[in-house]
Amino acid sequence: MESAQTPNQPGRLIGGAGQRQVQLPLAKAFSIAMQNIRVRFWRSMITAAGVMLGIAFLGATFGQSIIEENTPVKNAQGLSAQQAQIQKEEAKTRQNWLVSMSLIVCTVGIANSMFMSVTERFKEIGTMKCLGALDSFIVTLFLLEAGFLGVIASFIGFAVGFLGGVLMKIFQLGPEALEYLPPLRAIQSLGISVAAGVILTVLATVMPAMKAAKLPAAAALRSEI
Amino acid sequence: MSAGSGHEWIVRTKGVVKEYTMGGQTLRALKGVDLDVRRGEYISLMGPSGSGKSTLFNMIGGLDKPSEGNVFIDEVDMAQLDAAELAYLRCRRIGYIFQTFNLIPVMTALENVTLPMIFAGVPSDASAEKGMQLLKVVGLGHRYHHKPTELSGGQQQRVAIARSFANDPALILADEPTGNLDGKTGTEIIELLRTMNKDRGVTVISATHDLKMVDVSDRIVYISDGQIERIENREDIKISLGEMHGSGGLAH
Repeated sequence: MESAQTPNQPGRLIGGAGQRQVQLPLAKAFSIAMQNIRVRFWRSMITAAGVMLGIAFLGATFGQSIIEENTPVKNAQGLSAQQAQIQKEEAKTRQNWLVSMSLIVCTVGIANSMFMSVTERFKEIGTMKCLGALDSFIVTLFLLEAGFLGVIASFIGFAVGFLGGVLMKIFQLGPEALEYLPPLRAIQSLGISVAAGVILTVLATVMPAMKAAKLPAAAALRSEI
Repeated sequence: MSAGSGHEWIVRTKGVVKEYTMGGQTLRALKGVDLDVRRGEYISLMGPSGSGKSTLFNMIGGLDKPSEGNVFIDEVDMAQLDAAELAYLRCRRIGYIFQTFNLIPVMTALENVTLPMIFAGVPSDASAEKGMQLLKVVGLGHRYHHKPTELSGGQQQRVAIARSFANDPALILADEPTGNLDGKTGTEIIELLRTMNKDRGVTVISATHDLKMVDVSDRIVYISDGQIERIENREDIKISLGEMHGSGGLAH
């Protein structure tokens, strides 16, 4: 097919003229990845729910802490400006701590659901290798699948969590809570949450997929889940 | 067609040893196997489970690497191939059939059959057309849009056979292809493999302990305890059967 452009190397491999490479066009890889999500819809949704919950928790923490940070400290108890400032600093530290904790929780949640979803497909990976897939094909397929799931789940998770967090603050402080929510900070936290969700999802999928792809095909085929 | 088609031997193994380390103990699954397979032959690897026949199957198919010794496909040492060349070999030159069928569960019968053609760079239309043609050959043309879970074991194995022939391989490796099937379906699968072997001149190597395989094999390689115990030609078996007036001669 492409023998005009790519002259054959002196025959190391059986098979003779023409292409010596196996291939997986990106469009095809994309359609296979989407099919994987569609056909295993409920399994994919459960996996995605793991990501969603993690990011929702992160989003809720963000929503609340942004408002808390920007709520003026009421001077009813007659605190000095300095004391008020200290109180605010403490609140900020507490919020940072909460955000970090929720990040850890969502990392563990996402890693767990993605690891499982790859492990149960080791045999499929072994089969693909027997059919001529390169390790990179397998990684590409899982990358596309995880990327897509990660983006969707992170957006939904953030929307749910952030709104929930803000609503709780509105109940607590009244509608003026919204005044203490700078749009820029909201967008920033959206960016951080979605990035965290996608990166974690992709890492937690691609790492075990890579490991499985590197195994000898026989070992991947043997694995029973 | 291929540069190597002039060679008489399609597969040669030389002193193949495979060791597994399990819990600190070394297990020698293969203890030096020399086997030469002619182009177009139908070979059965016979032996009880644990005899090493599946391990040998994996070595010949390039699914695992021998600890010692070499496997040659078309006189090319597999150990010399890089990952891309090995993938090419698996894609274009070897077709695999497994006891557990190993179809991709999310794909339809037709998509399963066309997957190796995608990897081989065959355009979609051409691969769909050929996929349908292969499914018709195995008698499943009408079920092309069904998923593996909607097919019986025998039907799944037929799809797997169609898939193994997708890129017109020179060699079909079948690991216990009838192991998960009932007797009648098993016979049908064996006959299908034999027909494909005769019609297409493809070499078939099948690991099995199904005695029905003996009838169709050109040679039977008996494997025991990681070694070749003996090799029988079918003609010889027929003669011995004739002399014995019965099938008792098979039960070695």
